[in-house]
Amino acid sequence: MELRGCEILIKTLLQEGVDTIFGYPGGAVLDIYDELYHSDIRHILARHEQGAAHAADGYARSSGKVGVCLVTSGPGATNTVTGIATAYMDSVPMVVLTGQVPTRFIGTDAFQEADITGITRPCTKHNFLVRRVEDLALTVREAFHIARTGRPGPVLVDLPKDIVQASIEYVPAPDPADTADKRTVTIDESQLRHAFELIDKAERPVILAGGGIIMGNAADDLHRFASRLSIPVTSTLMGMGSFPGTNPLWLGMLGMHGTYYANMAVSECDLLLTIGVRFSDRVTGKIASFASKAKTIQIDIDAASINKVFSVDIPIVGDCKSALQLLNRFVDERTDTDSRNQSQWLDQVAEWKRDTPLKYSPNGGTIKPQNVIETLYRLTEGDAIITTEVGQNQMWAAQYYHFDKPNRFLTSGGLGTMGYGFPAAIGAQAAFPDKTVIDIAGDGSIQMNIQELATAVSHKLPVKIAILNNGYLGMVRQWQEIFYGKRYAHTDIGETSPDFVRLAEAYGATGLRAMKTEDVEPTIRTALEIPGPVIMDFVVEAEEGVFPMVLPGGSISQMALDNTEPANK
Amino acid sequence: MEVRNHTLTLIVNNKPDVLARIAGTFSGRGFNIENISANITLDPTVTKITIVTRGDTATVIKIKKQLKKLVDVISVTQHENGSSQQREMILFRIETDGTNTREITETAEKAGCSVISSTSEDLVIEWTGTAEKADDVIRQLSAFSIRDMSRSGIVAL
Repeated sequence: MELRGCEILIKTLLQEGVDTIFGYPGGAVLDIYDELYHSDIRHILARHEQGAAHAADGYARSSGKVGVCLVTSGPGATNTVTGIATAYMDSVPMVVLTGQVPTRFIGTDAFQEADITGITRPCTKHNFLVRRVEDLALTVREAFHIARTGRPGPVLVDLPKDIVQASIEYVPAPDPADTADKRTVTIDESQLRHAFELIDKAERPVILAGGGIIMGNAADDLHRFASRLSIPVTSTLMGMGSFPGTNPLWLGMLGMHGTYYANMAVSECDLLLTIGVRFSDRVTGKIASFASKAKTIQIDIDAASINKVFSVDIPIVGDCKSALQLLNRFVDERTDTDSRNQSQWLDQVAEWKRDTPLKYSPNGGTIKPQNVIETLYRLTEGDAIITTEVGQNQMWAAQYYHFDKPNRFLTSGGLGTMGYGFPAAIGAQAAFPDKTVIDIAGDGSIQMNIQELATAVSHKLPVKIAILNNGYLGMVRQWQEIFYGKRYAHTDIGETSPDFVRLAEAYGATGLRAMKTEDVEPTIRTALEIPGPVIMDFVVEAEEGVFPMVLPGGSISQMALDNTEPANK
Repeated sequence: MEVRNHTLTLIVNNKPDVLARIAGTFSGRGFNIENISANITLDPTVTKITIVTRGDTATVIKIKKQLKKLVDVISVTQHENGSSQQREMILFRIETDGTNTREITETAEKAGCSVISSTSEDLVIEWTGTAEKADDVIRQLSAFSIRDMSRSGIVAL
């Protein structure tokens, strides 16, 4: 049967199990959109291509499936770049389909031409420009395969208009020639056994869990392992949800705004087992003093992440799930009984937790942003999918919402993309129509992709947005307060921000405002009962800071615990 | 750790943008390319690229890991000193003054070069050898008027 390229594309997407595409039409993809018109694939029309890319990312992070984004050539394609780079830094499986000018026009500065494969080469796991319709089906299948295997990541496929218009005899593409699997490695079992012996003997062990646990679907295995050996667990921002946030062994997040007890435990431990972690500078602080008393073990699927910034004693290349399953088997096979005396260590950790918990000071009726998160946690019973923007809102969400399950906390950790949270929430809501999805936002970052309110309203995606409205670009203001003599250069946006309640209403959503602490709970209750998208505008303490805070360049054991205390505890 | 040159050979898919991916990996991650050469192999679907990079051992290990992650890179091997043969080629165009053609030719041949073209105005001289000897050859020919010079990247086996 002779088919056009655009028909072959849709057939191949169906072959890959795609049920939802986030996109925005344009000249170069008219033929593809014409095919979508007849197709069962759900298309969610964003209002900006960046929104479409983040939504595909949010769909992927919440569901574990490959997110798909479709945009036109030129500006359509370049608008996805921030979304692609966001997904790349956080290893999110995504396929971005971009239109391209007809092949005969490539390189002539044609209308809406951009060299998008050139532009995205450094921020995709791989990308393709399809030059022959004969290659289309296999290329698309390869793109999905590369996106989801090994360390996942975004893959871009550039589709010239003449290629999707051309017809050939259609033969379904086979499973792709294995281009990524040749890199998969079998875990060095003897090395892992050696690591296990060290873990088993350690007196002050800590596990540092990363996003790899979530991407590798290994949270249950981690829970089992840590529980059986009674090892306290901390995580990176990307690892939130990899270990139950309500488990007594949970230490909270590590790093710049990590908990006192997580930072102290890693600084004092004699063994640090890291799994699916890439040692971001936001996690390690001063690298020379990071876990300096510990033997360190790193398990990661990406060999290039091992010894990249931090030299470990025992490197193990392999996927988190297989490694943890093996570690659990080693526990099963252990003949001698557990002889470690860990109670002293667990007592020490408990003491840190008890004496220096996360804390904030109430201030009369003025809403504290932390209180908003705590109330959201309580009223959603910890079961919402939470997305964040970037900055203070993100850190408070990580500190005060507790995640018992993976794939529930979607945040731009690596790239730190303001404007990520709301479209990502739309993507997550599209994947899980019946779940509560909440974007925890700031009054600055929400304005970066506010146009997606139209997407949420038109597709009846009842995302809730909680704006922690402090009238500032809060995290930058916090740095200006501490390091730049309170000179708030261009971070005071309160006067000129829109009325978010009326803005929500203008888009056909609901807007609610809370001015006082006692308004917080009823506002959230009301929002959760409304079946459509809601903006909650929480007018919060303007100059509240995120603490603890490790000073840049400092060791993670040196934290400022509030804004009155010098950072030398 | 000692900073020195390291020679890597990459076998890659022969695709239009593969060189850009490799060069981008070096520039994006702050690594250096000292020199590079590339051509197809007996199998025209794959290209062999030889890259000389400068750095300490730890840096070269990082470079190799990053290159191996590229989908179109089939293999990366590092040449150890002593166990591989490495050569580069230099072409010199040397101006003659009408009287010294013979002197240039003799000096060049003594230095291991061969004259591959000759006009009344200049000679084009070819030299192939190891990188270590190249500077020596350039120095010897600098006694004459070198109008232009092209050095290839290293090829290695």
